[in-house]
Amino acid sequence: MTKKLKIVVLAKQVPDTRNVGKNAMTPEGTVNRAALPAIFNPEDMNALEQALRIKDKNPGTEVILLTMGPARAAEIIREGLFRGADGGVLLSDRKFAGSDTLATSYALSQAVKKLNPDLILAGRQAIDGDTAQVGPQVAEKLNMPQVTYAEQILEINDNNIVIRRRLERGIEVVTSPLPLLVTVHATAAPCRPRNAKFLMKYKSARTVTEDSTVSGPMQITEWGAANIGGDDQSFGLSGSPTKVKKVENIVFQAKEAKRLTSSDADIDSLISELFTNHTIG
Amino acid sequence: MANFYKDNSDIKFQFSHPLMGKIVELKEQNFKDYGKYDYAPSSVEDAIDSYDKVMEIMGEICGDVLAPNAEQVDHDGPVCKDGRVTYAAGTQQNQDVLTQAGLYGMSLPREYGGLNFSMVPYVMAAELTGRADAGFSNIWGLQDCAETINEFASKEIRDEFLPRVCKGETCSMDLTEPDAGSDLQAAMLKATYDEKTGMWILNGVKRFITNGDAQIKLVLARSEEGTTDARGLSYFVYDKNWGGVTVRRIENKLGIKGSPTCELVFKNAPAKLVGERKLGLIKYVMSLMNGARLGVGAQSVGISEAAYREALKYANERAQFGKKIIEFPAVSEMLALMKAKLQASRAILYETTRFVDIYKAYNAIAEERKLTPEERAESKKYAKYADMFTPVLKMMSSEYCNQNAYDAIQVHGGSGFMKEYPVERIYRDARITTIYEGTSQLQTVAAIRYVTNGSYLAKMREYEQLETNAEYAPLKAKIVAMTDQYEKACALASERGNEFIDFHARRLVEMAAHILMSYLLIIDAQRCSSFANSANVYTNRAVAWNNERYSYIENFDDSQLAAHYAVREEELPEAE
Repeated sequence: MTKKLKIVVLAKQVPDTRNVGKNAMTPEGTVNRAALPAIFNPEDMNALEQALRIKDKNPGTEVILLTMGPARAAEIIREGLFRGADGGVLLSDRKFAGSDTLATSYALSQAVKKLNPDLILAGRQAIDGDTAQVGPQVAEKLNMPQVTYAEQILEINDNNIVIRRRLERGIEVVTSPLPLLVTVHATAAPCRPRNAKFLMKYKSARTVTEDSTVSGPMQITEWGAANIGGDDQSFGLSGSPTKVKKVENIVFQAKEAKRLTSSDADIDSLISELFTNHTIG
Repeated sequence: MANFYKDNSDIKFQFSHPLMGKIVELKEQNFKDYGKYDYAPSSVEDAIDSYDKVMEIMGEICGDVLAPNAEQVDHDGPVCKDGRVTYAAGTQQNQDVLTQAGLYGMSLPREYGGLNFSMVPYVMAAELTGRADAGFSNIWGLQDCAETINEFASKEIRDEFLPRVCKGETCSMDLTEPDAGSDLQAAMLKATYDEKTGMWILNGVKRFITNGDAQIKLVLARSEEGTTDARGLSYFVYDKNWGGVTVRRIENKLGIKGSPTCELVFKNAPAKLVGERKLGLIKYVMSLMNGARLGVGAQSVGISEAAYREALKYANERAQFGKKIIEFPAVSEMLALMKAKLQASRAILYETTRFVDIYKAYNAIAEERKLTPEERAESKKYAKYADMFTPVLKMMSSEYCNQNAYDAIQVHGGSGFMKEYPVERIYRDARITTIYEGTSQLQTVAAIRYVTNGSYLAKMREYEQLETNAEYAPLKAKIVAMTDQYEKACALASERGNEFIDFHARRLVEMAAHILMSYLLIIDAQRCSSFANSANVYTNRAVAWNNERYSYIENFDDSQLAAHYAVREEELPEAE
């Protein structure tokens, strides 16, 4: 049973925090983006692979990358095209600047509405913020069911999708109707390499901002706030209640993690411990 | 996160060679595929940009997948069960990733799903795989078989098999038999024509077949009953799906352990004739062999690169007597010579590849239209260059990669003898390169005719005519003096007759090789300073190496011949 689907993969260009050098942080305590190469967020690559596998099994399926960021974020759309994605949309606008996860998920959800996919795939979290909030918030704003921590999409039939989730202490297989948003975990299959033919085909793909002379199929779609509708106040800084008060460098000293069960006794003991050390209260 | 292409600017340097534009123009034939295939280039710059970007993919896969898998693959090796071969898990992963990346069928025409790349990037990719995992580079490199199918098989066979190669189905070339190794004309595997099915039926045994359980095989077999020589041999293509071939066993080898070397039994295996009957060995295998020798050249350069890098790294890390061992002259000298041999090998690898590229492109054009007399002459010229450079490349690069692997272990000292460091694997993998696809001794046999007919000398004089800047004039003067000495050695040999020439063949070919490689290094050094030290180190060594050879040849008398051949009569006493 094959099914032609429209899949949107949410992706983010992130600083490569896996290879942090001496000048990774500015003296002010923010990330020194200039010192870190910008890469395709690793778990978003896992999500892209799941999308491409669905496409392999279901010819006619369309995979579209959606990313929000500055002009250079078009690089990850090209990376997706080189691996087999059919198209991409870059959300880029000064109005999106300073977005926290809430404003980001708002802008993304507006763009997703316009694309109207059957399935949305995203990485569980990005290696810069590590919040794991954007995927779930997009689903909420679209009033769509979501499955998090997916490790593999096992099957898609007429209206349902069967997914294996990687949980802390085991796996879980769930079935959901479509449309659906799925966040994919790092234990999922790694993304396939760039393909020589796709690379040669799409190497000159550019957004209008990158190169206004490129047109036709080699033009990567670029949308601003005006293209996706919605409330301007909910975009960018004005739509971001999160305020960073202070950034500190912390040397992590905990020797080992403490595992608590969901028993009342354990929860009571945790609460009293947190009161005692003034973490809460 | 390693990229074996991006971390080595000496490779990309080859794309800036003055002949590259001509090579691309010939290969793309006025860019006729542009617009027809969405990945076809529109110009020379576009094509070379694509080569460069695709090599980045290859370099990344070699650095991030093949090389990290190499140790485990060497340990596990393939398994033979019930007549079939299963690759080591890492080998299968390498194969899958390269297939997904579309890196099979690189040189095949686009109509079959190939990339239509010229030989230069194809050979680069082979070099990169050789550095990452020499055993795996054989499996990848056997896509060369498709090149032979493309050149000589019918349209029907091309349509049937070539798209499959581009989708990652593996190949093997089944030539060797228990009694036919270097002497392939002794091959006895029997091919009989079956009137009913219109297929040929193969029966017999093949031995030492690399990747012998491949999907697609090219098989050398005796189609003419009652014959015993090369003229009774034809060439066949076999599809594993047709059945009839089983793997009797796989060899337990010193190196390249990830690459299954198979003994095969053909029992009524159906096959299709490639090209014309009786031309199997005379024409098709000879062509395939030249390609395979270029492949071993690339593999050898890759192994040399790996050996040099491991040695350099260790020499910078290891401290003894209060300083890094690279600070000791004995160690730094070893490393400088390793680098010189590596860069000299690479220089002749790509020079040969360019010659192959040009004549092959003309051959392809000749299928579509008649070549002009000028084009025909040029095609012939480059085909001859390719023929005379290929055995020198194969012999020298494989010998040098062994020397470099040997020295790499020496630099590591006792640690190099242990399994903990990759150099011991590199050393074992290197060893086969001077043997398969024609031993160094056979390369000498192929090359000696170009010594005696003056072709190498003419090529040296051609390089001599190229303009040299003042900085390199002193080195060039040394090479010119070497050339004069070589000319004298050739004259001396021809005066003394064939037996003398046969005895000194290796020395004469090596003298020629040293001169040609010195020239290539000073040519490269004038375009890029990365080759400057090696040009100096290599040329000055070459002078000494050639002096030694010349002195031996000049002072050689017949009593020495007899002293050498006395071993033929030697009988050792039986152990009591």
